[in-house]
Amino acid sequence: MADVALATRDVPTPEFQTVRTPDPHPRPTKVKADNVKVFYGQKQALNGVSIDIPVKSVTAFIGPSGCGKSTFLRCLNRMNDTIDGCRVEGEILLDNRDIYDASLDVVELRARVGMVFQKPNPFPKSIFDNVAYGPKIHGLARSKAELEEIVVSSLQKASLFNEVKDRLHEPGTGLSGGQQQRLCIARTIAVSPDVILMDEPCSALDPIATAKVEELIDELRENFTIVIVTHSMQQAARVSQRTAFFHLGTLVEEGPTDHVFTNPSERRTQDYITGRFG
Amino acid sequence: MSEHTVSAYEEELRVLAGKIAEMGGLAEILVADAVKALTRGDLALAKRVIPEDRRLDQMQREIEDAAILVIARRQPMASDLREVVSFLRIANDLERIGDLAKNIAKRVIAIDGQMISKKLTVGLDHMAEIALQQLNSVLDAYGNKDDALALEVRLGDDEIDALYTSLFRELLTYMMEDPRNISQCTHLLFCAKNLERIGDHATNVAETVHYVITGEMMDPDRPKADTTSLERVALPG
Repeated sequence: MADVALATRDVPTPEFQTVRTPDPHPRPTKVKADNVKVFYGQKQALNGVSIDIPVKSVTAFIGPSGCGKSTFLRCLNRMNDTIDGCRVEGEILLDNRDIYDASLDVVELRARVGMVFQKPNPFPKSIFDNVAYGPKIHGLARSKAELEEIVVSSLQKASLFNEVKDRLHEPGTGLSGGQQQRLCIARTIAVSPDVILMDEPCSALDPIATAKVEELIDELRENFTIVIVTHSMQQAARVSQRTAFFHLGTLVEEGPTDHVFTNPSERRTQDYITGRFG
Repeated sequence: MSEHTVSAYEEELRVLAGKIAEMGGLAEILVADAVKALTRGDLALAKRVIPEDRRLDQMQREIEDAAILVIARRQPMASDLREVVSFLRIANDLERIGDLAKNIAKRVIAIDGQMISKKLTVGLDHMAEIALQQLNSVLDAYGNKDDALALEVRLGDDEIDALYTSLFRELLTYMMEDPRNISQCTHLLFCAKNLERIGDHATNVAETVHYVITGEMMDPDRPKADTTSLERVALPG
């Protein structure tokens, strides 16, 4: 392992200082990343990213394809562990606890840090079972009644309950795309996570379904810390309180969303969000 | 700055910036002609200024339409957003400047081209000269993205205000000397006020230019030298 680490040191890492603009009213930090580097085999995908993600707010990651934003997002619940040849360096603290600590239970971590993907991916089960699955395997419900309560309240929080209450036992895959995505969000929040990661959650949805998910994100931030990766700049501007711009594996700039979209401090951010990248 | 990936977007912004420059040039000409008509008592020139204002109005509407379309189509961000906001604001200020110039021209006709004293002409001329220079500088500042020049224009407005205050007093004196002067002097007072307002619009443009360049709004508190709103007149007798 040490040999591999030494060998990959040859990969040039441009020394770059992230431009940071603090919040006028800073919130406590939920997730703290310090100098996170990711390697896929010999290739370095992320060059020392450090960022504080504030609690109960939405942080958006933006940047062109291949900039490392999704790679970094996947570090936050150790999804990169599942990729062969992927190695993560640096430190990520969730509530001041190192999530890469050997003693940490990864399954438990992923319950605390849930994830919603680009394409809605409900299990081939009923709507009810899709949501009940997580609480069941994590032993969160002691009785059938309690399980039902969790399912109903999760579907309500995901603004889906009224649309599906009469067909809870029909397959989740029979729902529309937007409903499926909200079902996946309900499934994620059923295990009461602290953090929800969203990897382009609306890119497969039509504008109305997108608006519903965005409305939902706005409601969810009262109780959850949300990190969203999106290719839609307008979406990042609409839903997030802080925005982080990645480019070529570096975190170029992070700051309050209002600041980043009206008067970014870094030239590269400016070029990207105004559509001048080339 | 590098160009937009979408070349039509680049073109839309370029055309709008060009229209603002054209509007600025036209506004300058209108103010200069109106003042020339006033100081020379040139009725024919005054009559030519009045319909010209319509062109400015028309251009302002065109700019507004085009800028709104850019917002709808491109959802401009960051510097582009500030640029589009500046098109709307500056077109508005220039349109108002045109109105004020037209108003001066109308008053030239109302007082039938007469000027009561050389001294007053000099005062108005001087005020007009500074107002025009402010307008000219601020349009340069906009065209060249020159923040320092914009700040200079903003501070320079004091001089117009001070001149206006002194003209105001002078006109009052004339009116008190002989009530037959009141009608003309009131028109001249409004002309002076119009020039002072033109200076204010130039200042607005300067503030917009600063916003386009830096992304920051200017400090709203600016020293004001127009004290006529506090002036009291002791009537004789």
